[in-house]
Amino acid sequence: MSANHDVEAAARLIACGLRPKQVPARDVGYADLVRRYREDSGFKQLTNAVAAGLGLMVLDVSQQAGAVLAATDESVFEIKMDSYARQSKIRERRETEKVMHGVIHLASAALGFPRPDDLANDTYVGRVSVDQVEAVVREACRILDERAATAEGNDDPLSDAPELEQAWRAYARRPATAATKDGRIAPDTTRGMITRALRFLSEQGFLVHVSTEGGGTYRTTPRYQVQVRELAADAAFTELLELDVVAVAAAGGSLRATTTETL
Amino acid sequence: MTVDGGLARRLKALACTAPLHDLDARKSKVDWADASVYQMAEIALHTIDQVTIAMDFDTGADHERIVRRLLPFIAAQAPSRSPAEHERVARWVLDNLINVGTVDRGFRRVYGAVGAGGQYERRAFDFKLLVELAAPGGDVYLRATDEAINVLVGALDTDVESAQIAAEVKLDNLIKRGRLADAKLAAEQARYRTVQYGETLRSILEATRRDVRSVDWERSVPELLDSALDHIESRFRAENAILRNITQARDGAEDAERKRSAAELVDIVADCIARHTQLQGKLQAAGAYFRAEQDRQEFSGPPRKGGIDVFGQLLVPTLALPIAHAATPVHRYFQAASGASTPGVATLPSLVSMLLRPAPERGKVVGELPEPELAPAEDTDPYSDEQWRHADELLDLPEVPRRLSGLLAEARSIDPELPRLVALRALHSYSPAIGAAVRQGDDGALVAVDDGTPLDDPEFGGADLLVSTAAVHRDGDSEQRMATEGVA
Repeated sequence: MSANHDVEAAARLIACGLRPKQVPARDVGYADLVRRYREDSGFKQLTNAVAAGLGLMVLDVSQQAGAVLAATDESVFEIKMDSYARQSKIRERRETEKVMHGVIHLASAALGFPRPDDLANDTYVGRVSVDQVEAVVREACRILDERAATAEGNDDPLSDAPELEQAWRAYARRPATAATKDGRIAPDTTRGMITRALRFLSEQGFLVHVSTEGGGTYRTTPRYQVQVRELAADAAFTELLELDVVAVAAAGGSLRATTTETL
Repeated sequence: MTVDGGLARRLKALACTAPLHDLDARKSKVDWADASVYQMAEIALHTIDQVTIAMDFDTGADHERIVRRLLPFIAAQAPSRSPAEHERVARWVLDNLINVGTVDRGFRRVYGAVGAGGQYERRAFDFKLLVELAAPGGDVYLRATDEAINVLVGALDTDVESAQIAAEVKLDNLIKRGRLADAKLAAEQARYRTVQYGETLRSILEATRRDVRSVDWERSVPELLDSALDHIESRFRAENAILRNITQARDGAEDAERKRSAAELVDIVADCIARHTQLQGKLQAAGAYFRAEQDRQEFSGPPRKGGIDVFGQLLVPTLALPIAHAATPVHRYFQAASGASTPGVATLPSLVSMLLRPAPERGKVVGELPEPELAPAEDTDPYSDEQWRHADELLDLPEVPRRLSGLLAEARSIDPELPRLVALRALHSYSPAIGAAVRQGDDGALVAVDDGTPLDDPEFGGADLLVSTAAVHRDGDSEQRMATEGVA
């Protein structure tokens, strides 16, 4: 009988984790379950097993973040990139569109946690705004552009092989903003896409809206930190390693102001 | 074959002028006015001028301001046309320079180059002339790109620094020799150079302001600021000297024309000096900002455990990958970082309430209407000019309307292909394009009326239409009225 109770409690903890805006600090029952997970290793294993059966992975359970879950491949809880990118118009090549959305999500995390230490420090709260995300990606594009300009050989993309064009060129070419007849944000522009990404992340409980300054300013939540640190960054990094793209991290991080040689 | 960098450079320079030529080539295709009287390339250059002049360190000009400034220039080209049409021309040119209607709002030119292996390969050169940027308040404003400024001043592929010195030396010489018209041109060029120079600095300052972590505050940044300040100092000296010279030239000149051009020159140089002052202010503020930022960094906590540097290890390497390769890591990241979604389960009560829910308010991010880019249709006219001329003659019926059957019989006697064209035109005139006729300023339009008589013809079936030419009358308050003659 008590085994059934335990399973129900484990499932309830997972149910709480699926409501991204619910936090243990505001829910006594949730807080009890979190405490039990952290203290009772049998309950911990049971919860992990229930989650695995549902197609979920328990990344971390803490009083600040609650139960942070991630969907495994082909799970019903998975958010498909295809469906996220689908809302944009099909005129541009789908692949390009998806890469741009992904790059914007990466840049949001890069700004939220600018140094590796910030990602590791549980008490760190970062700030992200539309203006900053835009500026960070453009800056990265500019660095790559300068690198390409100093490199030997012609680096302009081949006109008959658009899929070999580098991602930064596609981003650099896209306008930041465009005047619309009714003053709304044009969704095809990079600022439109960033606005959408930040709004999506705040719906997922990863960001909290702070003000409308800078096109919309948000602060990061512990949940976002766990998600990026425990799973997302590693997943993307592993893929990059497989493509033989290896970059060594410095303690201070590499997001910094740069000087140009063009002057 | 050898690699020729100069060829590619010149081809790119040439490509930047293509959108301007394109405007003149396409002006005959606009349907809202007869735009052939306007010199579109001139208006476009003037537009870029206006945007460039309005650019400073923070914002550029908004659309309305540019359109307003263009109006006098456009009106001078066609004084007899209405101000509304002038405004439309201004907007058309502006939209085309931004290239509204394409996703990237830019231009692409394919050029050939010799690759590393010695083979010929086609490469794409993307550029923009005017870009739209967001101001802090959320407004959209325009800036001219480096390409546009290069096209404008005609100094393609030159070094900013040396070009500026050259322009000023030239200016000094011209003034000494008293050639003020040339001097004005040189001074204007110097001003564009100044704007371009300031633009480069602005982007550096912006990058600097954003994040000063691990900047080489020991050497390279102070060096950069020092050299920029040195530069401004020398420019101040040069321009003040020029200002003194031309002010004397202005006051001493007796010829009214020369006096005026000297006065214009004084304005331009004074503007240059004002821009330098602005630049200097920005440079000084940057230094203070650096120190404040450094203080703040002092108090950040000690390093703990190592994590991944999202910017340096994920974002930049991903951006450097070709799109086909970048898709996988980006995809993995998105799936892992987007959390879990809860799939909705539809129950009958929730389905009913979902169906009864009022339509949601349209969100802020909803599509802008795309303007399709249409390729010109291939020439599919199966009828010769001769046949069209015959058809025109047959269908010119100002006095009395004729039966279609009679027209077809007469057409058949001229040319066996002709009846088809006549029948098509008669059918088309059953719903006459009166609006188009009025807009194009035609005197008459072909009108067909069906009075119920069936058509008796070996080739065609349907109603035996009554066909007549109707005259278009216009009265004073631009309300058009059709008067048909002879058609009951």
